[in-house]
Amino acid sequence: MGEVFAYIKHAQGVADDSALELIVAAKKIAPGAPVTAVFTGSGADLDKVCTAMAAVYNAVWKIDNAALAYPNAEVVRKALVNVLPAGSIVLLPHDTFGMDLGPGLSIKMNVPFVADIVGVDGVDGGTLKVVRQEFSGQVSTHVTCDISGGAVMNIRGGVFQADGATAGGAVEDKSGAAGDLSAKRTFVEVVAAEAGDVDITKSEVLVSVGRGIEDQENLEIVFELAKAMGADVSCSRPIVDAKWLEKSRQVGTSGQTVKPKVYMAMGISGSFQHLGGLKGNPFIVAVNKNPKAPIFQVADVGIEANILEFIPELTEKIEEL
Amino acid sequence: MEILVCVKRVPDTSENEIAINGDGNDIERDDLVYSVNEWDNYAVEEAIQIVDKVGGSVTVVTVGDSESEEVLRREMAMGANNGILLTDDAFEGSDGKGVATILKAAVEKGKYDLIFTGAQADGGSAEVGGMLAAMLDYPYASLVNLIEVGDGKLKVGREIEGGNQEINEIQTPCVLSIQTGINEPRYVGIRGIRKVASVEIPELGASDLGIDASSVGEASSKVKRVDYFVPDTGAGAEMLTGSSEEIIAKLIEYLKAKGGLK
Repeated sequence: MGEVFAYIKHAQGVADDSALELIVAAKKIAPGAPVTAVFTGSGADLDKVCTAMAAVYNAVWKIDNAALAYPNAEVVRKALVNVLPAGSIVLLPHDTFGMDLGPGLSIKMNVPFVADIVGVDGVDGGTLKVVRQEFSGQVSTHVTCDISGGAVMNIRGGVFQADGATAGGAVEDKSGAAGDLSAKRTFVEVVAAEAGDVDITKSEVLVSVGRGIEDQENLEIVFELAKAMGADVSCSRPIVDAKWLEKSRQVGTSGQTVKPKVYMAMGISGSFQHLGGLKGNPFIVAVNKNPKAPIFQVADVGIEANILEFIPELTEKIEEL
Repeated sequence: MEILVCVKRVPDTSENEIAINGDGNDIERDDLVYSVNEWDNYAVEEAIQIVDKVGGSVTVVTVGDSESEEVLRREMAMGANNGILLTDDAFEGSDGKGVATILKAAVEKGKYDLIFTGAQADGGSAEVGGMLAAMLDYPYASLVNLIEVGDGKLKVGREIEGGNQEINEIQTPCVLSIQTGINEPRYVGIRGIRKVASVEIPELGASDLGIDASSVGEASSKVKRVDYFVPDTGAGAEMLTGSSEEIIAKLIEYLKAKGGLK
């Protein structure tokens, strides 16, 4: 089996949360093999994060180049293809960066690609067996992949918990091998999200609404419930896509990270991107007409019901208190 | 602008409960409601809006069997000008790389400035667009939620974590995977579907596309699905049952105890 690498995202000299999760996944994928962290970037911030992560990984490879100051996936891909040995196993986080980089990297390295891995079942010879999810998380699948000639694998965040192990590797400077980093896509800027009228990241109780609300006009019953409870209204992605509520009310990895005491998931199926925005172990109440909705796997209390009928009844009873 | 949009016919997860069949090797496909992959509708709408502004044409393409023709017609009813069905027994069981290999051959049969895919589909891998771009040596941007057409290059916004947007300039031809919310896909009425019901949709197979049959399909797939299963997730939620009054009374007790009522 090829050498094992984890690509680590970082900003302002601090490694992404995925840094401590990818190494745990790597140890399951290639038991006993040393794991090397790969960093791309530029300057003092890069040196700082490389040194910090050398405590956790068996080795750290640093690729320093001004063209890599912002992690443009096309440029990072070129650097990795030039620096990594043929047949390497490369782990990436399955986030907006890993989705941008992973598929194309696998083609250029001529190795298989496995996306969004949520579990590792074991390795038999060169064949790896992993767990994935399909159909918006409604069912799981076992997937096999021959990784004897290398692979690119994207690992879902929050699944492999940091194990606290240390390794004490050294930082190796691989900048000289980066090669031609010219690109047909160039980074311009990051536009920060607009603030909304309600800051849901501060809310203690959230009534959160999803696709089950069916129609914009029906949102009224959600606001009435929130008012009765003294809660704020948040939502899942489809409600923002439909422009029914502002983006600042969206809970999820592409929206806000919230940490309420109580979270009422109303007609929300519970995709991992949505759940990724829910922190602090809130008490979760899920109401959904689909008993197979993934939200019921993580909720504390579940009710199989149509929210259009359930919410007004609940509001009425709370108002009577 | 000549724009190719890659679309897929998928089980509609908002209309169906997905269950696993008796053998555990597939989902229960009887009585499933199928539709076009949600992300693909946004991609087609975006393509139509670009062509409305700067001219050109929109072609929709899919890899599938004869039943996949219906999603091409639906997207043509939205306003796509042409449809192409890539179909061959040799394509069955292709993994993401196999599908990208088939699409690459179709891209090379035409002359497109832009190629769109949905950001992801039912398998959740979000992989075909990036693979296709790398095979073609075209630049790629994923999760695109803004496109501004300029001279010889585009300005594209990518949705990144925390509701932020990453702005890039990208040369054409390029491949973009389109995120939901980039626009509001137009409604397709029964009249629109009727108008395109008799339009001929060309079908291309492996030999038409010059594809070596051994490079696609199940035998070439390095990534193989072994089975479907429902994970043992532990206790899961405590499901409240009974009459709606009983359920609500119980729920209110919980909310009081957990600080959910102020």
